[in-house]
This record gives sequence, C-alpha cells and structure tokens, in this order.
Amino acid sequence: MRVALFATCLADAMFPQAAQATVTLLERLGHDVVFPDAQTCCGQMHINTGYRRQARNLVRHHTDVFEPYDAIVAPSGSCVGSVRHQHAVIARGVGDERLADRAAQLATRTWELSEFLIDVLGVEDVGAYFPHRVTYHPTCHSLRMLRVGDKPLRLLRAVRGIDLVELPAADQCCGFGGTFALKNAGTSAAMLADKMGHVLATDAEVVTAGDASCLMHIGGGLSRLESAVRPLHLAEVLAATDGSRP
Amino acid sequence: MTTFLGMPHAPRGVGQLRGDEPFPAAADKALADRQLRRNLGHATATIRDKRARAVAEVADWEQLRLAGEAIKAATMARLGEHLIELEAAVTARGGHVHWARDAVEANRIVTDLVRATGATEVVKVKSMATQEIGLNEALESAGITAVETDLAELIVQLGHDKPSHILVPAIHRNRTEIRDIFLRHMPGVDPDLTDDPRRLAMAARAHLRAKFLTARVAISGANFAVAETGTVTVVESEGNGRMCLTLPDTLITVMGIEKVVPAWTDLEVFLQLLPRSSTGERMNPYTSTWTGVTPGDGPQEFHLVLLDNGRTAVLADEAGRSALHCIRCSACLNVCPVYERTGGHAYGSVYPGPIGAILSPQLTGIEDNASLPYASSLCGACYDVCPVRIDIPSILVHLRGEHVDARAQRALPSPEALAMAAAAWTMAGPRRFRLGERLLRLGRLLARGGRIRRLPPPLSAWTAARDLPEPPAQTFRQWWRTRPGDGRR
Amino acid sequence: MNARDEILSRIRTATGPSPVIRPVPRDYAVAGAHAPGAPELLDLLAERLRDYRATVHRCTPGDLDATLAEVTRGWRVAVPDSSAITVPGAVADRPALSHADLDGVDAVLTGCAAACADTGTIALDGGADQGRRALTLVPDRHVCVIHADQVVQTVPELLRRLDPRRPLTFISGPSATSDIELDRVEGVHGPRTLIAVVVGPAGTTGNNVHREQG
Ligand code: SF4
Repeated sequence: MRVALFATCLADAMFPQAAQATVTLLERLGHDVVFPDAQTCCGQMHINTGYRRQARNLVRHHTDVFEPYDAIVAPSGSCVGSVRHQHAVIARGVGDERLADRAAQLATRTWELSEFLIDVLGVEDVGAYFPHRVTYHPTCHSLRMLRVGDKPLRLLRAVRGIDLVELPAADQCCGFGGTFALKNAGTSAAMLADKMGHVLATDAEVVTAGDASCLMHIGGGLSRLESAVRPLHLAEVLAATDGSRP
Repeated sequence: MTTFLGMPHAPRGVGQLRGDEPFPAAADKALADRQLRRNLGHATATIRDKRARAVAEVADWEQLRLAGEAIKAATMARLGEHLIELEAAVTARGGHVHWARDAVEANRIVTDLVRATGATEVVKVKSMATQEIGLNEALESAGITAVETDLAELIVQLGHDKPSHILVPAIHRNRTEIRDIFLRHMPGVDPDLTDDPRRLAMAARAHLRAKFLTARVAISGANFAVAETGTVTVVESEGNGRMCLTLPDTLITVMGIEKVVPAWTDLEVFLQLLPRSSTGERMNPYTSTWTGVTPGDGPQEFHLVLLDNGRTAVLADEAGRSALHCIRCSACLNVCPVYERTGGHAYGSVYPGPIGAILSPQLTGIEDNASLPYASSLCGACYDVCPVRIDIPSILVHLRGEHVDARAQRALPSPEALAMAAAAWTMAGPRRFRLGERLLRLGRLLARGGRIRRLPPPLSAWTAARDLPEPPAQTFRQWWRTRPGDGRR
Repeated sequence: MNARDEILSRIRTATGPSPVIRPVPRDYAVAGAHAPGAPELLDLLAERLRDYRATVHRCTPGDLDATLAEVTRGWRVAVPDSSAITVPGAVADRPALSHADLDGVDAVLTGCAAACADTGTIALDGGADQGRRALTLVPDRHVCVIHADQVVQTVPELLRRLDPRRPLTFISGPSATSDIELDRVEGVHGPRTLIAVVVGPAGTTGNNVHREQG
C-alpha cells in the first residue's frame, strides 16, 4: 500500500527519530512510504489557543497537501485528533463549507500509527525486538479523542524480548496540553510531577507513547530530575530489531 | 463575537461568578497549599472510584446519556414554550411564579417575599442558583438570616469560607479542620467533639434540629421542573432538603430557566444519570417532588422564581449553549486533573472545574473570566464522564477563539498574538517552514549536554520545571532528502 | 417590558425563529427482566436496601401483623390517620400531630406507593397508608411495609407508576451524607433508621420466613 507520511511539525523539526522509525516500520511491513514535501503543520496549536483565522489557513494548506493520497499516517494521536475532530469545525466556523467538506473527507483517510497498523493493515506483531523494561503512557488525545483503546498495548505486547510494565494511573493527563504548559505552568508542572512519580515507580528504562509532544513534556521533566528513564516514541520501539540499548 | 444586542450577561458587583484574580495566579496559591492538595486528592480519588463502579452496573448507560443529551437539546430549542407551560401548571396548582432578569432582581423578589411573611430567619437547602446570585448576602443586608442546612454548606457558612465544589462545597476541608470549625463557630457544641465523621454529622443534626422544627420560611433551588405537570424536584441525601421542603409554611424556590424539562417521563432518564454520576450511588437517599401546593401537606405558600442572569446570553451562542445542559452532578470536577490540583476556589466562581470553565465566562461575558477557558489541558476526561455528554473540551476551544477575536478587536496585538501570527506565517508553506526549522536549529547553541535548561520568557515557564532536548542536527525532511531516490517526492 | 416578557423575548432571539429539534432516542431499558413482584425482585430489593444500610424484614401476608408487632415492640408508633397498616396502641395522625409530637414518637409506620428493586428505592405518594410528608420525616425511625405487587425493577417502571401531581418522596435507605471527605455516613436529618418490611407470598421469602436483620 502507498502510505503518505504526515510527519507532524514537531517530529519533523525536533524528534526526527519518531518519523524515521515510522518510515522504517512501514517499509519493513512491505509498504511504500511517501513524504509530501509541502506539508507543514496541522494547526492544532493555533486552534487550541484560539487563533481560528490563522488555523483556517493551516487547515487549508494541510488539506491541499494531503488530499491526493489514499492513506495518511502520522505518529501522533493529537495531530490526527485535530484533523479528524477539529479541521472541519474550524472551516465551518469561518463559513468555508467547501473546505469543511474536503477536510471531513480527508479525516476519514488519516490514521494514527497504532490504528493504521491494527485496523487497516491488520497486524499486531510487527516483528520488533526490544529487550528492555518499558512502560506505556496513553496520551489523552489517543485515548479520548481517537479512542485507540488498547491498540498500542497490543502492538507492544507482541514485541519480542520486551518487559512491559503497567503505568499506574495511566489515563491521567501528563499536564502538557500545548500552550497550557506555558499559560498554567504551575498546574502543568504539578500534573507532570505526578506522572513522573508513576513512571519512576514502574522501574522502567523506557517510557513510550504515541505522541512526541507528551513525550517531550514527560522527558523534559525526567531530564530535569536527572533520571535515566528514556522517552521513546512508540514507533521507535516498534521499529527496533537489533536489540541495542535505546 | 457573541455579545448579542439585548442579551445581557450576569451583572457585575452582585453574586459570585467572578474571581479577584486570573486563574493561574489563584491556582499557584492553591498548588502551594499541601494540606489542600492532600484533601482534594483523597476526596476526588474516592468519588471517582465510586462513580465508576455505580456506572459500570448500568448496561444501558450510553443510551441514557444519549437520551439525556437529546432531551436537554430539545428543551433548549423550545425553552420559552416550556417555561410558559411550567408557569401555567404551577399557577394552576396554587403556586406563584416570578421572573427575574438577573441576580439583582431575583434577590429583590426573594427578599420581598420573605419580608412579607415577617420572618427574620430562613432555612436553606443547598442551591447553586442562590449562591450564584449572592442571595444570602442580599438577605443579610435586609436583616434576614439565612441558615444553610446542607452539612458541607453549613461547614462553609460557619467557617466564613467559600464553596469549592458543586456537590460537596467543603471538599477542601478534612475531618479535623471541620471539627475545629464546629468547635469554634457552632453554638452549644459538645466541647469533646471528635473528628469522627459520624460524630460531626450528629453535631450538625443537633444544631439544626430546632431550626427545622420551628422554621417558617425555606428557600431551595431545583434540580428539575417538569413543564407539563408543574412538578419541581430536589435531589438530596441528608434529609435537610425534606425538612425545608416540608415543614415551613412558605417555600421559595429559585431556579435557573434551563432547569425545566418537558415531561414527567424525562425524569426517568435524569434520576438514573444524576445520582450515579454525582455521589456514585444507585440512588441518592431522598428525592422530593412537589406540584404547587397540596392542602394539608407541606408548605401552603409556594413561590417559584425563574432566573435568567446571563443564561439567555449562553443560549444565544450555538457553539456554547450546551453548557446549559449541565445537571450539576460534579463528575467533571472529580475527574479533572486541573481541578484535583487547584481546587475550586481558584476558579473564582461558584461553578468551578470544567463546567465552570465554560459556564462562568459565558454567563459573565468572556472578558470577565478570560483566563478560565485556558484552565484546561484539554485532556477530555470531563467529556467522557458527563452524563449529558457536554463536549466541554470543544466549548473550551470555542471560547478561547471568542476571547482571541474579542481581544483582536479591542487592543493592539499581544506578544502571544504576534508569536501565533509568526508561527502561522512560517507554517503556511514548505519554504518558509524550512527556514523556520533552520532558525530553530540555532537552539542548539543554547544546549548543554544535549539539553536546554533555561529559556527567556515566555518559554521560561517551560524551563522552570522541564528541560528541552537539543534540536537535532538534521530535521526529518533533511534526512528524507538523503535517501536514495526520495529527494523529489 | 416586564421581566417575564423580556426573558421570553430574549429566549426567542437566542434560539432563532425555527430552531432545529431532533428526536430524543429512547432506546434505554424501560422494563426490567422480571415482572413486578417476581421473587427475584424481592430479593434484589432487599439486597439493595441493605446495601445502603436499611434494615429489611421478609414475611408473608399472614405473618405481617405479628412481624410489625415484633419490630415495633416497646415503641411509641405514629401512623397515618386512616391507614390499614397499623399496630396496637399506635397514635393516629388525627388531628395532625405537631412537629414536636412527631419528634417525640419512637417510630412511624406506613405503607408505600411503589418500590424499585434496581436502586433499592421506596416511593411515597401521600396515599392513605402513608400520610402527609412530615409524618415520615420527623420521627427518627421509619418502618415501611412493601407488598410484592408494588415492587418493580427499573426506575422508569417506578416513575410510570406514580402520579406526579401528588407530593412524592423517593427514599433509598436512611438519610446519609458524604460531605466529610466523601465518606458515607448514614443517619443525618431524616430518619436515622429505615426498616423495610417486604411482604411476599409464601415461598418467595425462602429462608427468610423468620425475621432477619440487615
Ligand atoms: S458538565 Fe456534565 S459532568 Fe460536569 S457537572 Fe454538569 S452534568 Fe455533571
């Protein structure tokens, strides 16, 4: 299958390993990955911070770029959540019905990585080997916007050598929330502290998740604590085959 | 912007819908209070588990939620007709209906009604509407003492405190603090009172018993009012509600206009949704319903005050109006990670938590509660538990948009607006985006040992508690171009 | 414009001239799995009442008088003024007892209008064997007789049996509060003790022919 990679602006600029791992993984499974070079950002930050007018331009650009493709995959629950649940609303809100319809159409062909693997490709065992102790944080938008449920966990359980430990209070938000982390930094940090406490309680070497943004938050907190726990995108765990330390 | 002509918001200077400071500042104070954090953490965890168990028992929970949502939406669509029907039914059964455009008018109506009875003391059932309009303060300035009879409300009143939760206004207090409040402020209390919750409840019973048996006037809110029959409903646990609704000669009920439901059969939905979402019980201990006046049984004088106070302004905003569907169960507060850490006082309004963050700004107008729509990480836990499926995260985002638009019309662009405009410009096309990425790589100069530990404002808010990784030497799209044959795809 | 007209006109402006009204999906369960009065429902009702700290007795119609006499032995009992359910020596609410009188009795004895097994709820509607609301509120104990044919399974079934024009009280256990650290404490302002007597035909009371405490 030909798959268009929607890398997301954050992974492109800051966490290229997550997008590279998505490519490695899909190609290993025998699919043809293309990267529409004109892509930039889905506009989620603008939407969620209230900048609807600018967001509309980003929605239009995103739709223009990805419309030609049949399957669009992103290593991010929240960016796919924005495409699926916000793009049409934003377009309609500014009276652009045509864009709203196009965005709604595109949303039906846009998938978060774990959804794509399980629902579209029908694979659970992606042939990964990762002999490390791992805990999984289900990010809020994967969990409650996309309802990916236990799909990421099913993929992780099938990884050879993995020691998967349950994260206590896993469904609690890490406190990122985009500009929330800046506007309500104190509350965000309090949420992060609890999330890190739970991560550390698992004794895991690696904390993984389907969103680079939440991992940037949790990882940034762990780094500040001088913790050895490594944040690693779900795609990176699933792409691993050589057993090297993360 | 949705300030519609002739659709006034709740007036300033009366009632409790606005805080003294923006949410982040108020939240920081609460976050520093370790006792408060412990009390809230314990209480919200307890109630979350109870709710989850009570809901899991019900096989048709989702169907009930869908029905509840649809009943509320249909009611709002014909709100005027339902209110007229309610008024006729209550009047036909010997009740009196009053209409109040805002808090000031409602307070005046109630004060006049109490004055007419000659009473100088009234007993009150916990009611969000009367807290919203500041009725107790209005009565006090008219020389009338309002005695709160709900246990948590009594704790708040005796402690000269403010409510911090919809269902359990004293949720921020633990048993020891409650005992100390009783010892200090409850006349005639047993000086050997312990902090055993049973002993504390018995102290409240003893304190209020004489008041119930002699009260001449009671004031209540309403959970629901059935338009077709004129039946008003109060859902409670302690029996203080029954006492107030049954024993006095005069009952005055203050009810937001959105509390009307069309038909008696609609209650079969809400009386399943509310208790399980609220206290996590299959059914709350007591629900009372009454229709006008019943000769020989209960108050022989009944007044129903229908309150607007900004509700029609909420109704006018199609994207935000479902905030009026709220049945005040408080489930969204209990699951909210922000509420759990800051408590209710930080929201500045009697409506705290996720519902408060969407309702208060709409009732007052966004400019009076501008920080509230941002008091959420948009994690979505509130929407999942809401028994009437109010999409709180989407309304939060909508209100942020309203706020940004309103500000853009009135003021010079804020630093944030400039940054957002710059980011949007950068992201509008791939060439600009690549340029932005190159600029971002300058961040590598700030990094030490693979991470960035300090940034200038506003990003210093991030680095106060978190590092940032060093921007990578190569972006994804640069890497992609290094792949054989991939450069031009 | 007066307040009423002004609010109504605001509402009209807010909702627009022809608001969309979508139909209400009512595919939730209305009837339960068991017919009213089924033995399973009596068991469920007893279990749910006990779960919220009510005391439950089970008996047959033939045993009712003896059961009530036993339950209320030594108590001063108030009853509605024309109730068929009574015990020897009971004080009738005729003329209406004062609040102080009601506060002074040991218990009130009534019937009920209906009961719901799913939630352990008893409904009173002011009928002849229940009396006015103050009667079942002020005394510290409420003894309530529930006949098998009054027991339905679901909340919708319960509400559909009741006339909303009568003053209704739905009771699920003794009064309680969760206001202190969200811990449930039973017994506050309403009756601190709720004693339910569930009357079923012989056979339905099973091993419970003899009184049991919950
Ligand atoms: S918004 Fe929903 S969950 Fe929150 S209090 Fe209202 S009804 Fe309950």
